[in-house]
Amino acid sequence: MSEDNKKNKRREFLRDSARTAIGVTLGALGGLLLGRSQKEETVWQIDPDLCTQCERCADFCVIKPSAVKCIHAYDVCGFCELCGGYHQPDAHELDTAAENQLCPTGAIKRTYIEDPYYEYTIIEEKCIGCAICVKGCGAFGNGSFYLQIRHDRCLDCNECTIAAACPSGAIKRVPANTPYMLRGKLGNS
Amino acid sequence: MRQINKMIKILILFTAALIMTTSMMAQDRFPRPEFETEYVRPLTTTPQPQAGTWAIIDVASMILALSLASYIALKTRSRRQMFILMTACLLYFGFIREGCICSVGSLQNIVLALFNNSTFLPWTVAAFFIIPLIFTLFFGRTFCAAVCPLGAAQDIVSVKHTKIPTWAGRVLGLIPYIYLGFAVLFAATGSAFIICKYDPFVTIFRFSGRFSMVMLATAFVLVSIFINRPYCRFFCPYGVLLSWMSRLARRHVTVTPDDCIQCRLCEDACPVDAINFPLPEKAPETRAKGLKRLGRLLLILPAAAILGGFLFSSMNGILSQVHPKVRLEKRLQAEETGRVTGTTLETRTFRTMGISRELLKAEVAVIVKQYRIGGWLLGIFLGLSFVIQLIGLSLKRTRADYEPDRANCISCARCFQSCPKERERLKANEMESI
Repeated sequence: MSEDNKKNKRREFLRDSARTAIGVTLGALGGLLLGRSQKEETVWQIDPDLCTQCERCADFCVIKPSAVKCIHAYDVCGFCELCGGYHQPDAHELDTAAENQLCPTGAIKRTYIEDPYYEYTIIEEKCIGCAICVKGCGAFGNGSFYLQIRHDRCLDCNECTIAAACPSGAIKRVPANTPYMLRGKLGNS
Repeated sequence: MRQINKMIKILILFTAALIMTTSMMAQDRFPRPEFETEYVRPLTTTPQPQAGTWAIIDVASMILALSLASYIALKTRSRRQMFILMTACLLYFGFIREGCICSVGSLQNIVLALFNNSTFLPWTVAAFFIIPLIFTLFFGRTFCAAVCPLGAAQDIVSVKHTKIPTWAGRVLGLIPYIYLGFAVLFAATGSAFIICKYDPFVTIFRFSGRFSMVMLATAFVLVSIFINRPYCRFFCPYGVLLSWMSRLARRHVTVTPDDCIQCRLCEDACPVDAINFPLPEKAPETRAKGLKRLGRLLLILPAAAILGGFLFSSMNGILSQVHPKVRLEKRLQAEETGRVTGTTLETRTFRTMGISRELLKAEVAVIVKQYRIGGWLLGIFLGLSFVIQLIGLSLKRTRADYEPDRANCISCARCFQSCPKERERLKANEMESI
């Protein structure tokens, strides 16, 4: 056997053994990681009681507009004519005129139901998750508006950039089979 | 003792009741109306997470794409097929799935899950991390060739392959090691996922992003027109791992399907400068000289490791500020001592939340300590990888033929066409089919 051939054989042997070793390591790592993934699956969600309505949810989500939207607990709502989440604090008239609305994108629909009650509905396509209405509703109303991460939009980024930006730590992992932290009857059940 | 316990329990119950009533009060300013009309309150919709349905499709497409890419690189050797596959993967993993999850970023999730016991790791993320590594261990970096959407986003606009001087390529090639080291450090300490945060291509896939990232993405795409795959070659941290696997690959693409005839036609064919030229055999060193060199290198190796470790561990004060809690604590201190005026949203919120400062201080101390240990490991890793690269340069190798560099070759299938032997093979195939 020539010198060159011998060298090649040795190199091949070393390469084969290194490959086998790394293959086994990767397999072990895979097993270990699969073990980790057996834990209860979790997703991101906002705890409405910890939320301080800092408006960062509108800007920090990796998708635009944000995966965070305002949602409405109808069974908590007072259906008021003057709505702290809908009207500007110094609104001239309690109507649907744009200058009287709080929402910067006009994402809340106000519908007359019966005297003196009005229904407020979030138009999700327009909502940017800025929480301005949430702040108003929490300050003057029943707190039926609150922010939630919508799971039809959330990419479940493994490090949520809004979670990292949240100053009050309100964005946390919750079990995937109960992916919302709801208010009202839905939340209690 | 028992009485004290009872007292504490009562106290806890009492405060809990107090908190509950206050929060109830906040929600009960107005009574819920009872409607006289037929009006029924709508229900709040709760769309469910979709991760589960996509997971299987994602992993299956990943395996299928990798198998196809490896088959094309090693068997059919067709750039056209590779290009079509690459475009399909760019569309699916890039634009349809919006670049998440990707193998490059999955690295950080793996690190976080390994260092932090409580994190949940989706099995898809583990699969996206490991499957490309295994394929590379067998077939070379076929993942880079067609499957990775980040690579495809650059390759698809590539027009001109500017050659980068060897020395510049080597120096720039060290950046991925630094990027990998820091990404692992920041992920392990739960501070930040820098690979995702500074990934320029997701802004293209999602048609949205911060202004600075859009500018970065534009810059990368513009550079990609003239220099093939700048991100893959000079930044990609996952590429470091792939290059290690590819060195050991069981099978790897070759420029020629046959014996190399040294015609030099492939010299300029590689867009990433990964074709090694033949090196003439040199006179062997004397034994004494070789021993001396070996001794020197063996001395440098631990010295570089210790120096690097010392350097980065002593920088833990600065590095740890990537962690938001450390930043918060620093800012709070600065505000208290009057070194800065005004407050930030973070400090204001912290004060309203009523968490004790001692608790935060203790947490910060733990994080800073983690950074000291992490700094040592990072420094040792960087010191070792730099010196090992140097050793690689000083090794005297002989090479008879034109061969792809196993570490840097991304199996893009461009060089095959330049080989006259390949053209012969294609012609023979054609004749056969007729």
